[in-house]
Amino acid sequence: MDMKTAQTGFSRSEARVALGEIDLAVIGAIQGGLPLVPRPYAALAAQLGIDEAVLTERLTSLHESGVIKRMGLVVRHRELGYGANAMVVWDVPDGEVAELGRCLSKFEFVTLCYRRPRQGRDWPYNLFCMIHGQDREEVRGKVRQLVQCCGLEDIAHSVLFSRRRFKQRGAHYRNAAEREPVTP
Amino acid sequence: MDHRSELTDLERRLLDSYQQGLPLSPTPYADMAAALDVSEADVLAALQRLQEFGVISRVGPVFRTHAVGASTLAAMAVPEERLDEIAAIVNSFAAVNHNYEREHRFNLWFVATAASDAELAEVLEKIEQLTNIKVMPLPMLEDYHIDLGFNLQWT
Repeated sequence: MDMKTAQTGFSRSEARVALGEIDLAVIGAIQGGLPLVPRPYAALAAQLGIDEAVLTERLTSLHESGVIKRMGLVVRHRELGYGANAMVVWDVPDGEVAELGRCLSKFEFVTLCYRRPRQGRDWPYNLFCMIHGQDREEVRGKVRQLVQCCGLEDIAHSVLFSRRRFKQRGAHYRNAAEREPVTP
Repeated sequence: MDHRSELTDLERRLLDSYQQGLPLSPTPYADMAAALDVSEADVLAALQRLQEFGVISRVGPVFRTHAVGASTLAAMAVPEERLDEIAAIVNSFAAVNHNYEREHRFNLWFVATAASDAELAEVLEKIEQLTNIKVMPLPMLEDYHIDLGFNLQWT
């Protein structure tokens, strides 16, 4: 891999929010989910050795600054009957990516929509979205709907259906380079 | 495994109402219970069951990509007969939180997240070294989607 490209790519992302030590500790404690006990924030605060009020105040602030997009039940689609999932990738003229990205995002079946870099001849696509459906035919129908509604008839695209899921869980930000025993 | 038909009415209502907006009060589950007119114990038992089924991965936050640390989507073109082996190596990194097989020449797709760009680059490099297969990084440059959770169709 060309690490130089990767570095540029990572740092060109949206501005990061400056986070203090307490924020990072709070994120570390909550990233795996809240405990299912009557006072979950108190339990996490005790674990960190801080006041419950400090923890909820930090969480409120992380939410307001947009670091936390939402708090709630994080669903796994396959277990809810959405057996088909496709990453649909589009090769869009650079000047039209934002407009088309916003168009795709309006559809409730689109669960993610990102601009990403092309990677030369290997990978010409620069707009990515994720579509979940109960079966492949449903997903294909949704792709046709996107093509029609967003005027993508002349845009090259590819539909990458998922087969096996090897891993799915929330992000862990610490000790990333360490290896761990795997539970599928 | 589709658990939809096994879900109780309360479990469905929790999925419909609380993919966002979890109360930030000291007793969020009691607040949810009051809003849904059931007991706190019922809510805790339902969430426990949803977690055991794997219908939810957790009750908690979804972070904006890149707001904390560094992350990237990455893809590898893996010879079919090595896919299990390579997927296991990729899975073995704490940094990797999603890893899927997809139908394409690039058939292994994963998301890696780390505390810093340098640490993330180290993870991708280690994966290349261990597998001898090139890793194509595809970091997010712009996010167009407002995440409100997923609107489930029950019928």
